[in-house]
Amino acid sequence: MSIKLENVSYQYRDSKRRPALSHVTLEIKKGEFIGIAGHTGSGKSTLIQHFNGLIRPTGGTVLFDGENIHEQGYSLKELRGKVGLSFQYPEHQLFEVTVFEDVCFGPKNLGLPQDEIQKRAKQALELVGMDEKYYEKSPFELSGGQKRRVAIAGILAMEPEYFILDEPTAGLDPVGRDRILQLLKRLHEEKGITIILVTHSMEEIADYVDRILVMEQGRLRFDDTPSEVFQHKDELEQMGLSVPFYSSLIDELRQNGYFSEDSEVSAITLQEAKQAILENWKRDQQS
Amino acid sequence: MIREITIGQYYRADSMIHQLDPRTKIAGTILFIISLFVGKSIPAYIISVVLLAAVIKISTVPFSYMIRGLKAVFAILIFSVVINMFFIPGEVIIDFGFADISREGMQTAVFMAIRLVFLILGSSLMTLTTTPNQLTDGMEKLLNPLKKIGIPVHEIAMMMSIALRFIPILTEELDKIMKAQMARGAEYDQGNLIKKIKSVVPVLVPLFISSVRRANDLAMAMESRCYHGGEGRTKMKPLVYHKRDYISYAILLCYLAVIIAIRVKM
Repeated sequence: MSIKLENVSYQYRDSKRRPALSHVTLEIKKGEFIGIAGHTGSGKSTLIQHFNGLIRPTGGTVLFDGENIHEQGYSLKELRGKVGLSFQYPEHQLFEVTVFEDVCFGPKNLGLPQDEIQKRAKQALELVGMDEKYYEKSPFELSGGQKRRVAIAGILAMEPEYFILDEPTAGLDPVGRDRILQLLKRLHEEKGITIILVTHSMEEIADYVDRILVMEQGRLRFDDTPSEVFQHKDELEQMGLSVPFYSSLIDELRQNGYFSEDSEVSAITLQEAKQAILENWKRDQQS
Repeated sequence: MIREITIGQYYRADSMIHQLDPRTKIAGTILFIISLFVGKSIPAYIISVVLLAAVIKISTVPFSYMIRGLKAVFAILIFSVVINMFFIPGEVIIDFGFADISREGMQTAVFMAIRLVFLILGSSLMTLTTTPNQLTDGMEKLLNPLKKIGIPVHEIAMMMSIALRFIPILTEELDKIMKAQMARGAEYDQGNLIKKIKSVVPVLVPLFISSVRRANDLAMAMESRCYHGGEGRTKMKPLVYHKRDYISYAILLCYLAVIIAIRVKM
């Protein structure tokens, strides 16, 4: 059970510039929580549109559960029900008269029976924490964060196995941002949905994901656990990405001789950094 | 697929044609279009094609790039050719039984096709070599005399430049909206006509709303920079005719004279 990209390249037509993607090979297994990071124009958005067949690669193959999705007769619609993708701007997908109807759009397209559609829409709206009093409101009356949650519900109502989100937190205030991230964490833990999160801020996702893909100029530069990826602080900074604060704090401490050069301390969150420093301090006290 | 329409797009290059004053290019295009309707004979079209080819060559815009813009209007072209072919009465040359093609119909259809292709190539050459800003500047200057009879020339030009500027933004947005709905299982090329028409709604509503929002934002941004219409407004780069413009005018007038001469003699 996986989404697999084999040597995928993509070149936008009419563009004389370098390909938007070049020779990307990766596999996303069911149940993972993945972050995709990269600077603007690094190919993140192009990459994720390959996962559900919105873009057809100009080279290489995309496999879903071992089947080539661009094979003749493969139902892309069915695939898009399994691999949900929510774009950055909710304004691009909200169109119905009411919030509830809008969330129904996806399941309706999947050809489900009426009562199942309603059930799923209700569940999805509950999941994202939209109260029933909003159901009959116009989606255009909502605040930015609410719109985004409704847009997410619109995808969730299709009950995808994989859920890709393009910059779901961009433009939200810290409260709205945490809410979305917490929601994704819950979907991952409780519903077992594979989450693929696109962002340009690694700091934000570091606590949540268990694997990070770093894109640069259409190439996959790193594909590893957060702590491994953050070891490459200088390279990341050259790509215009910042390492989480606590990772670089530990790094600076090591460079200044607080930790011994060969120690394998690393930290992403405040908790981990605190623990690392305290342990080191204890060791120093004992010796 | 939407990106393929090249009409109205600017092709960046630094050719002689690009450097011409926009007024020259607008006037030239109009003269060229007039010449297509004046000259209704093979020799006239040969001269037109030579001129067009020369200008395209000088402009350095790749011919393949221009042709791609033609594809979009190909359907209209075929349609009008077919209509002309079958519905103009005259000496029958091919008889299908239920319909026939006359010599006159054939001739009109062929001339019509040539004229349409030239017309589109000629006018897209203008937009390909002139930035939207220059184009509206030129238009404003050319229409300036109309101000005296109370026509708001500046406002019209401003609306035009805004409209042109929004075309690429909106096509990009359209692409994104279509993809966002496709991700929710929408299909645009499936089912019967009614289904197809219905499938447009989820795309048009967000597009419409975002255009209104954009227009609002733009109005706000313009106002906060004290925009108040054309009165007393000066240009950073006023349009000035150069030697090359006079030469172009001379060539164009010669060309038009030749075309008229051919017409008169025929």
